[in-house]
Amino acid sequence: MIPELGHFALILAVPVSLFAGVLALLGAHGNDPRWIALARPGARLIAFLLTLAYAALTYAFAVNDFSVRYVAEHSNSLLPLPYRIAAVWGGHEGSLLLWALMLAWWACAVSFFSGRLAPAMRARVLGTLALVAFGFLLFILCTSNPFLRLLPAAPEGRDLNPLLQDPGLIIHPPLLYMGYVGFSIAYAFAVAALLAGRLDAAWARWSRPWTTMAWVFLTLGIVMGSWWAYCELGWGGWWFWDPVENASFMPWLVGTALIHSLAVTEKRGSFRNWTVLLAISTFSLSLLGTFLVRSGVLTSVHAFAADPARGIFILVFLAIVAGASLLLFVWRAPRVGLGGRFALFSRESLLLANNVLLVVAASTVLLGTLYPLLIDALGQGKISVGPPYFNTVFVPIMLPLLFLIGLGPFVRWKRDDWREIIRVPGGLLLLAIFIATLLVGLKGSPAIRIDRVLLLPFLVVFSLTLALWIAFAAFFHLFRQAKAGRGAGGRVAAFIRQPLHFWGMHLAHLGVAVFVAGVAIVGGYAEEKDVKMAPGDTVTLAGHSFRFLGVREVEGPNYTALRGDMEVRQGARLLRHLYPEKRFYRSSAMPMTEAAIDAGFWRDLYVSLGEPIDRANPAGEWAVRVYEKPLIGWIWAGCLLMAAGGFLAALDRRYRKRLPAAASAPLPPSSDPA
Amino acid sequence: MKARHERIALIVGGILALGLITGLVLYALQDNISLFYSPTEVKSGKAPRDRAFRIGGLVEAGSLVRQPDGVSVHFVVTDTVERVTVQYKGILPDLFREGKGAVAQGKLTGEDVFVAHEVLAKHDENYMPPEVAQSLEKAHREGVGKAAGTPAP
Repeated sequence: MIPELGHFALILAVPVSLFAGVLALLGAHGNDPRWIALARPGARLIAFLLTLAYAALTYAFAVNDFSVRYVAEHSNSLLPLPYRIAAVWGGHEGSLLLWALMLAWWACAVSFFSGRLAPAMRARVLGTLALVAFGFLLFILCTSNPFLRLLPAAPEGRDLNPLLQDPGLIIHPPLLYMGYVGFSIAYAFAVAALLAGRLDAAWARWSRPWTTMAWVFLTLGIVMGSWWAYCELGWGGWWFWDPVENASFMPWLVGTALIHSLAVTEKRGSFRNWTVLLAISTFSLSLLGTFLVRSGVLTSVHAFAADPARGIFILVFLAIVAGASLLLFVWRAPRVGLGGRFALFSRESLLLANNVLLVVAASTVLLGTLYPLLIDALGQGKISVGPPYFNTVFVPIMLPLLFLIGLGPFVRWKRDDWREIIRVPGGLLLLAIFIATLLVGLKGSPAIRIDRVLLLPFLVVFSLTLALWIAFAAFFHLFRQAKAGRGAGGRVAAFIRQPLHFWGMHLAHLGVAVFVAGVAIVGGYAEEKDVKMAPGDTVTLAGHSFRFLGVREVEGPNYTALRGDMEVRQGARLLRHLYPEKRFYRSSAMPMTEAAIDAGFWRDLYVSLGEPIDRANPAGEWAVRVYEKPLIGWIWAGCLLMAAGGFLAALDRRYRKRLPAAASAPLPPSSDPA
Repeated sequence: MKARHERIALIVGGILALGLITGLVLYALQDNISLFYSPTEVKSGKAPRDRAFRIGGLVEAGSLVRQPDGVSVHFVVTDTVERVTVQYKGILPDLFREGKGAVAQGKLTGEDVFVAHEVLAKHDENYMPPEVAQSLEKAHREGVGKAAGTPAP
């Protein structure tokens, strides 16, 4: 009964979104206030219906209703309740429903927090979102309906993929989807601006916080995915250039370009066309990501099912969303205009370089991800493009970008003279080079092979220099602001009163510095050993000794584990015991490696069990993998700082306060009482 | 600098950067693409000798042999027609099983032994890498074709 209610709500949401979308857009076009007024309740109704549908599906999981096919395929009565709730998005159908739910919530949020937007503009934004929701809901109903019944009901569910039974999974997909789908707001704003033929600073100011929030969620989602892979996949890596990782990384790169380009559009009125194009590209890449993951054209850890109908539907949907908006762009862009001019050496041109580098980086990732598909489609054989391709291409493109991050804030808008400002950044750069060289000199030359590419010591020095340079530059700006601070409460108070976007930007840039330092040090100095160990054996690695005390059997709620006991000592001092596990899930008979990690500020110690040398004797010798990973935690910490910076920037007061009359002049006066 | 000079500088810079990146991409693609070959193709000499590629098929039952050091192994990959021995040093993935599909990346040595630096066996226990499924199907078709005395399709 409950699943039927959910199913009904889902079906009802399809015509509602179609009508809400079409009427709102037509209303905005014909300037009919009655139809325009439909946009807000429409968005809220869609959100309500989808929440209902989603809650019904969650209920079916919670009560183990195995007469619903999707539940029977992705859950099990032995599965603990939190995992059963997370299992709702553990498969293809449910994760699409989550996608649609997020879209509806974002649109609903716009309907509540858009009081100051002109009603016609709001109707265009919400109408566009409703049409996107319509396409997606149609896709769910036609090819991947999670509410289909299984008659007779299955006595027991098939269980959730053990890889996904981890706290990381509970938050990874929702965060990622919040990000993916959040970019639909930027997209809808861009389409609305094109439809209206008006794109100005007020428009940019409107879309900025939404875009930044979407970016924050996407960043968090990617970090969670990376951390989850580190803990669950047992390889100890943090990024694998897996096609599905790339699928989330491409919208991130272009989205990063977008939030910077929006800043220029808001502050200087420049880059207008470019911003619109980026907004369209970001959301299209989000859809492409969904297509790549869901269609099964890629083989990866994430591939759920290979159903050609789904792939074709998403591809057509992507073609419509991207194609229609690009056509609109070509038609309307001349009306939008290019915006203000700027000199060759100015903050605008540096941000332009930032944008170009980010987009080029995203394109090379796109090329590497799609190339195997292309070759296969042309019948030229099965190929794979491995991590070495991405490392070779991506790193050289990122290095100049890192340099620009430090330089940008020193340079004035519109026009600057490099001879006047060179002194401070030049000094900081020299200091960074000196310290980085000193650090690497003290630590010793790195010569670890990663992905069979010899990391040259100078690459580590180079990356470390850039990380320090970004950090120095950020601290310089923070302190300069503190020194210049005046007003009530003295300098400290004035410093703290700095606008949030100022804090946000420098915090995010510091995050980049922390991230790069982590990547450089892990790349250069990580140590690993794959060894055979009998109980009582000791292996030493990076000043730590690991004594293997044997393996014993442990019962989990829905699995049986072989748990190793590894005593870790630093010198003679006992540090702790690590308990890596090999789990065997009862319902699916799938083995899973659960690594044991001693996470620290300066280094992680990572132990995972390979396999027993003699399968019949798990109490005997094992193949064991032992890692020491210096500064690996900084990689995620840096990303969290970036996300925190974005969050602060999005909360800045100026996005919430009433626009001064001059800034909002290009928009028609708002008749909305809010 | 005049506006025109600036524009020329921008265009020249852009073209140089584009060229540089294209070169980089081509260089990286050339070195880091690996083709997939089935054991039959390897035995008939189609696979390259001097560069890395991927080989895939079923891990023959009973073929997994472990060296005394515990982490060096060799096993046989087959598409039910031909067999190729694969050597690997390291920990095998969780889902690596005799009788199941696996893909290995590495190079072929002189004696038709494949030295792998990476072995993949992913997904759930029923999963078969699509390349492996295809090559098995092909080998099966060709095997049936030969047996019936008709040319393979």
